[in-house]
Parts: sequence; C-alpha cells; structure tokens
Amino acid sequence: MIIARILGTVVSTQKDERLLGRKLLIVRPINVDGTDTTGYVVAVDTVGAGFHERVLVVAGSSARLAQGMKDTPVDAAIVGIIDTVDITAPGIVNRES
Amino acid sequence: MQLARVIGTVVATVKNESLEGRKLLVVQTLNKDLEPSGNPMVAVDSVGAGVGELVLWCRGKEASFPFKREDTPTDCTIIAIVDSNAHVTR
Repeated sequence: MIIARILGTVVSTQKDERLLGRKLLIVRPINVDGTDTTGYVVAVDTVGAGFHERVLVVAGSSARLAQGMKDTPVDAAIVGIIDTVDITAPGIVNRES
Repeated sequence: MQLARVIGTVVATVKNESLEGRKLLVVQTLNKDLEPSGNPMVAVDSVGAGVGELVLWCRGKEASFPFKREDTPTDCTIIAIVDSNAHVTR
C-alpha cells in the first residue's frame, strides 16, 4: 500500500455499471515524511475520504478485494484515512522521488 | 518476496471494514546487501513483526493470502521475520 494525498475529484457519468455510485478521487503518492512525489492515480474511495487528507491506497488486483468492491473494474482503491505515521527508525529511510 | 526493514507504524482509524484490526507498518525495502533501496511502503502485518526487525514481504494479490484471501484488500504484506542480519548469506 502507498500513502497518498487527495488532490481532487473526477466526475464521470458514463461508466461501467459496477462503478455507479462510486466516488473517484485523484491522489498523489507522498513520502512518509509528508512531502509530495510526482505523478497521480485515480482511485475509488471506499472510506469517505475528503480533500487533502492522507490516505492509504491499495493498487493492483487487491483493490477489488475491499469490502463492497467485489468484481468492480478498478486497480486502485482508497482503503484507509491516515491519522498518524510514526517513523521510529528514521536513520535508514532512503527517499527517492 | 523481498527483504525489508520495519521502520515505523501507521495509524488509520477510519478504514475499509475488511482491514479492521490489522496492524499497518512502514517497511523500507533492502537490496541484497541489506542497504535501503526504493521508497518505503505501508504493509499489513501477518506475523507479529515490530519496528526495527528484518522481514520478508510479498506484493501483489498474493499479499492477501495470509488472511481471508477474498476480502482483505492488501497489496503488500509482511509474511516472515528473518532471524537476524547474520541469517542472510550472500
């Protein structure tokens, strides 16, 4: 799973019927210290996350294993809203953006 | 599977119901010389690992296999604790 920050929303009227009612959010992967990386992912929200929150994003086929996502055509899902990230062994963090 | 070091924890109160009760840890991937390589990831713990420990983790759909595989949304899971650095020979 990656840590990401919500940048915005996507509205799509014409979509696969299994995506009806799903909230689509644009998220940007961030480093554990909260700094931004480059790039973005459109992810389906399963937890009610909002703008600028830090969230957990699961990618790949595991994304549709989230509750309520069975057989939906997605490869990225928001599965948690992050309260805190504690790095207690910081000396070995290698940051490459 | 790859070697990684557990470097921290993540707390998320609001999460998908299928992740209730799971421990989330920040892992730093290591290369074969046990040096950090790449960005840290958040992994679900299946073996009781703690901060500072050397672990094995697996990615992809197989990451959900230690749990109820059809309803645990994880793409990164700690699946073993390496006994010590000395137990990695190369």
